[in-house]
Amino acid sequence: MQTQEYQWDITLGLKTSLFEEQRNKQLAKRRIYTVVWIVLFAAAFLFSLVIGDVTMEKILNLPAAWNYLKETIPILRMNSLGYDVGVWYARGDIWVGHLVDTILIAFLATFLSVIFAFVISFPASRNLIRSTSVFFLCRRILDIARAVPEMVYALLFVFAFSLGPLPGVLAIAVHSTGSLGKLFSEVNENISMEDVEGIKSTGGNWVQTIWFGVVPQVLPNYISYTILRLEWNIRAATVVGLVGAGGIGMELMTAIRQFQFKQISAITIMIILLVFFLDWVSEKLRHQLIGGEKLI
Amino acid sequence: MIQTKNINRDLITEMEILVPEAFHIPEKQRRYRFITISGIVILTVISLWKLQINPFTIFFGIGKFFQMVMMFFPPTHGGWISEFIYAMGETLAMAFLGTLFGFLFAVPLGFLAAKNIIPSTIIHIVLRRFFDVIRGINTLIWALMFVNVAGLGPFAGIMAIIITDTATLAKLFAESIENVDTSQIDGAKSTGAGPIQIIRYAFIPQVLPIMLSNVLYFFESNVRAASILGILGAGGIGMQLYDRIRIMNWPQVFFIIIMILITVAVIDTISKEIRKAIVANPEYRP
Repeated sequence: MQTQEYQWDITLGLKTSLFEEQRNKQLAKRRIYTVVWIVLFAAAFLFSLVIGDVTMEKILNLPAAWNYLKETIPILRMNSLGYDVGVWYARGDIWVGHLVDTILIAFLATFLSVIFAFVISFPASRNLIRSTSVFFLCRRILDIARAVPEMVYALLFVFAFSLGPLPGVLAIAVHSTGSLGKLFSEVNENISMEDVEGIKSTGGNWVQTIWFGVVPQVLPNYISYTILRLEWNIRAATVVGLVGAGGIGMELMTAIRQFQFKQISAITIMIILLVFFLDWVSEKLRHQLIGGEKLI
Repeated sequence: MIQTKNINRDLITEMEILVPEAFHIPEKQRRYRFITISGIVILTVISLWKLQINPFTIFFGIGKFFQMVMMFFPPTHGGWISEFIYAMGETLAMAFLGTLFGFLFAVPLGFLAAKNIIPSTIIHIVLRRFFDVIRGINTLIWALMFVNVAGLGPFAGIMAIIITDTATLAKLFAESIENVDTSQIDGAKSTGAGPIQIIRYAFIPQVLPIMLSNVLYFFESNVRAASILGILGAGGIGMQLYDRIRIMNWPQVFFIIIMILITVAVIDTISKEIRKAIVANPEYRP
C-alpha cells in the first residue's frame, strides 16, 4: 500500500514537472507572439498618426463638429409648427422627386446587372464550362468589375455621359454585375449535377442544359441575392449623386457645399427614412420568399 | 405496370391528369410570374422615362467612354510615383486609425446595448435606434461634413470612418454579446465572480474571436472606402484620382486605379491570413 503510494507520487512529480516544462514552452512561444504583435501594432499606429495628419490642434478642434451638427437642427416652435416645417422642407417636393429618382436609379442598375450577371455567371462556373480560358476570362471580367468602387466608375461615367442619372445607373450596374456574377457563379458551382446530366442525356445543347438543368435549381438563391443587392444599390444610389451622378446625393452635395445647414438635416432625414423603410421591405420580401409561395 | 405499357397518347393524357405539375406550371405560380414580370417591365419603362435616358445619350456616351478608355493605355505615373505612394499611405492610415478607434468606442457601446448586460429596455432601444440613424448616413456623407469642419485632408476621412464604424460595430458586438452561451456565465458566477470578472472570464473569451474577425473585415472594407473618400476632399489616393480625372490625365488615372486594385488585393490577403491565425488558434492571440 505504502509503496504504491510512493510510486504514484514519483510519477505525479514527473508528470507535473513535464507539464510545467510544456507550459513554460507554450508561454514563451506566446510571449514571442505578443511582443511581435505589439511591435507591429505600435509601428502601424505611429505611422498612421504621422501620415494621417492627426495633430493635437485638430483633435482639440473637434467640438467644432458638434457645433456644426447643432447648426443643422431646425427651429421648430410649438405654436407655429406647420409653418416652421414648411420652411424647413421648402424644397420638399423637389427632394421627393430626387428620392424617387434615387430608387429608380438603383432599380435600373439592379435590373441591368442581374441580366449581365445571369449571362456571365454560367461560363464563370467551373462545373458548367469545359474551356478553361473562357472560364478564366469570365471570372477576371467579374473580378475587375467588382474590384473598382462604384464611386470611381461614377466619376469616369460622369465624364463620358455628362451629369445626370445615367452615369449613376451605369456605375452601380457595372459594380454590382461583378458582385452578383460572383455570387451567382458560386451558387451554380454548388448545384446537384444529376439534373444537368439528365438534360444532357436527352440530347440537350448547352443552353438547354443550363435553362432546364441549372436555372430551376439556382433561381431561389438568385432572387434572394438580387433583393439584397437592390437594397445595397439604393444605398449606393444615395451617394453617387455626390459626384454628380443623379439622385438625392446631388441635392445634398449642393446643400453641404453651400452651408445650407437646415437643408442638410432635412435631406439626411429623408435618406435615413428611406434606408429604414428599405430594411423593412427587404426583410419582409425575403421572409416571404423563404417561407411562402414561389414568386417566379 | 407502366413499364409494360407502350408510351402512347392515352398514357400521356392519363399521366397529365394524375400529375398535372409535371406538364404545366400551376395556375397560381403562373399568375405570380406574370405579375412579377409585368411589374418589372412597367418599372423599367417608368425609370427610363423619369430619368430621361434615351438611346442617343447612351450611344453618344459609350463612344466617348471608349475614346477615354483608349487613352488609358499605357498607364504611367508620370513622375508622381512618390506622391501616389504617400497618398496610398494616407489611405491605409485612414483605414487603420478609423477601424482602430471605431473598435475601441464600439466595445463599451456594444456591451451597453446588449440586453443581457444592461437589462433596461429604454437604454437598449435608444442605443439601437441611435446606431441605426448613424449607420443610415453613408461614410461619404459624414466625410463631406467633416471636410467642412476639419478642412481638407485625411483627418476628415478618419473621423468619418470612426463615426460609421463605431455604430456598425457596436450593433454587431451587441448582437454577438446577446448570443453568448449562458452556461459559462453561470460557471463564473458559481465561483463568486463579480460583474467585471464575469465579463472578463465568461463574455470576453466567447466574443473576442467574433469581434476580431469582424474588425478585420471592417478594416478590409475601410481600405476600399478610404480609397474613395478623397474624391470628396478627405485625403488619400482618391484625392489624387479626382485631380487626375479633372485634368483628364487618363494614363495616370489608370495607374492610380491599378494601384488601388493591387493594394486592396494585398490587404485582403494579409487580413485573411491574420484572421486565420488569430481566430482559429487561441495560442497566437496576444
